[in-house]
Amino acid sequence: MANIATRQAYGEALAEFGADERIVVLDADLSKSTKTDLFKKKYPERHFNMGIAEAGMMCTAAGLASCGKIVFASSFAVFAAGRAFEMIRNSICYPNFNVKIGATHAGISVGEDGASHQAIEDIALMRSLPNMSIISPCDAVSTRFAVKAAIEKEGPVYLRFGRLAVPQIYDENATFEFGKGVLLRDGTDVTIIANGLMVQYALEAAKILEEQDISARVIDIHTIKPIDRDIILKAAKETGCIVTAEEHSVVGGLGSAVAEVVCSEYPVPVKMVGIQDQFGKSGNPYELLKMYGLTAENIAAKAIEAMQML
Amino acid sequence: MDKKEILRLKRIATNIRKNILRATCAAGSGHPGGSLSIADIMTYLYFKEMNIDPKDPRNPDRDRFVMSKGHCAPVLYATLAERGFFPKEDLITLRKTTSYLEGHPNMKSTPGVDMSTGSLAQGLSTAVGMALAGKLDGKNYRVFVGMGDGELEEGLVWEAAMAAAHYKLDNLICFVDYNGLQIDGKITEVMNPEPIADKFTAFGWYVQSIDAHDFNQIEQAVENAKKQKGRPNMIVAHSIKGKGVSFMENQPGWHGVAPKPEECERGLAELDAYLASLDAEEQAL
Repeated sequence: MANIATRQAYGEALAEFGADERIVVLDADLSKSTKTDLFKKKYPERHFNMGIAEAGMMCTAAGLASCGKIVFASSFAVFAAGRAFEMIRNSICYPNFNVKIGATHAGISVGEDGASHQAIEDIALMRSLPNMSIISPCDAVSTRFAVKAAIEKEGPVYLRFGRLAVPQIYDENATFEFGKGVLLRDGTDVTIIANGLMVQYALEAAKILEEQDISARVIDIHTIKPIDRDIILKAAKETGCIVTAEEHSVVGGLGSAVAEVVCSEYPVPVKMVGIQDQFGKSGNPYELLKMYGLTAENIAAKAIEAMQML
Repeated sequence: MDKKEILRLKRIATNIRKNILRATCAAGSGHPGGSLSIADIMTYLYFKEMNIDPKDPRNPDRDRFVMSKGHCAPVLYATLAERGFFPKEDLITLRKTTSYLEGHPNMKSTPGVDMSTGSLAQGLSTAVGMALAGKLDGKNYRVFVGMGDGELEEGLVWEAAMAAAHYKLDNLICFVDYNGLQIDGKITEVMNPEPIADKFTAFGWYVQSIDAHDFNQIEQAVENAKKQKGRPNMIVAHSIKGKGVSFMENQPGWHGVAPKPEECERGLAELDAYLASLDAEEQAL
């Protein structure tokens, strides 16, 4: 199975589900990169280019949603969540509109474009907004689910996609539930909770740990908000410690969200693999992932550290 | 418009002005200055122009109004209450924890509010989306917008202005309440947005300039705007901040300060005297 970028799967899913006439797609001069051009080819009358104007795009999306539309507004994550943050807050989340933000090129795997284009804080920003839901899928199959869930879910949804082609984690027939994590591999000694690009490395880490007779559970938390408290607390109780792995800052992302759940209900050690409160840089995406510790080896090492805290 | 009709609208506008004073006074905070300056435009739109029904405030075919300068919620609420969207008695609950009348308009809590606003320029930009939806659905509703002149200093205004012209949104009719004052003083001294009319013309809008307190001019401008094809409409409405209350007129200090009870009484007395003069005018007809 060829590797497919989640942004590619996003564009394909928009085109697939686009027959619903309530759906309107906005882009900010990046439709060839965000792949909303795939929707545009099929439904040109419902695709609007807003130009290089992300703030205006988000408010326009809100106005369209106020008239009954389901609006997908797309740009790179750094501009969608960052530049237009206050428009998303006041004009989309406060009135609880049906605006779905298709944010592509998230994380440092953007690569050569460098720090200015690598959103590593978007989940933290979006997570802080009331009414906002967040889905960060790991492959093409879960991306298709994410787009469908966003259409069905009433209210704003932030969808986080990557630039890089990623391996298929899920079988074509896999089923998902909005707000429910997926148990990818059972284990008893430690739990690895990941999402997005890091799910593949979480599964590899479990194999590395297996060679050392450590039984690691692996969970994909595709929906970061609302988060699946049950699957996290069950893992905390049954494995006693947790490692989180995300292509995002450890400030305010998946690790923080998991820690918020366990520390308030069943405190266990939580180690976080992610960007350690610093900006990214230009470079080959895979070299960058290694440079910032977003690897299976580092996840495995942190798992052992978490176990040693018990 | 005949004289009788003008008197009717003047009377409504004066009652709206009275409720702006009462509500902001009861709240102890709020924005009376810019509310008073746009009261005549609001009166014209809600009592003469817009296709709306207080009993069916979410009708998809209705005309929309977006108060882009959301701090002027007091005039929006007073107008909606006057038009029957909710009881006028509730206006004095403005800004209270138990009230549905938020300090800035919240469409989720207040009947008749078409868009939640408060962060400047976002209202115009959301109105672009509403107008675009109207075009997409082949509906013939119009989207009206009330903006502040200081608001034009926000960069987002010009993103919206570009988009409205690009998508030929002739169903968008926007008023700039040009009273010349913002919190820190004269707009020309804080950050000069002039020449306002030329700027919107250059952005591809059909621009008219009027006296914001002359109902005939408001009507003429709206009628002209409705005839435009392929261009969004900007009506630069020259107004007096604090209009109708002598000690508030042209005073930047009344931008965001509520009248104290004795000031409110003085203002109400002036507006009542004006109402009496309108009665006399009517009798003389």
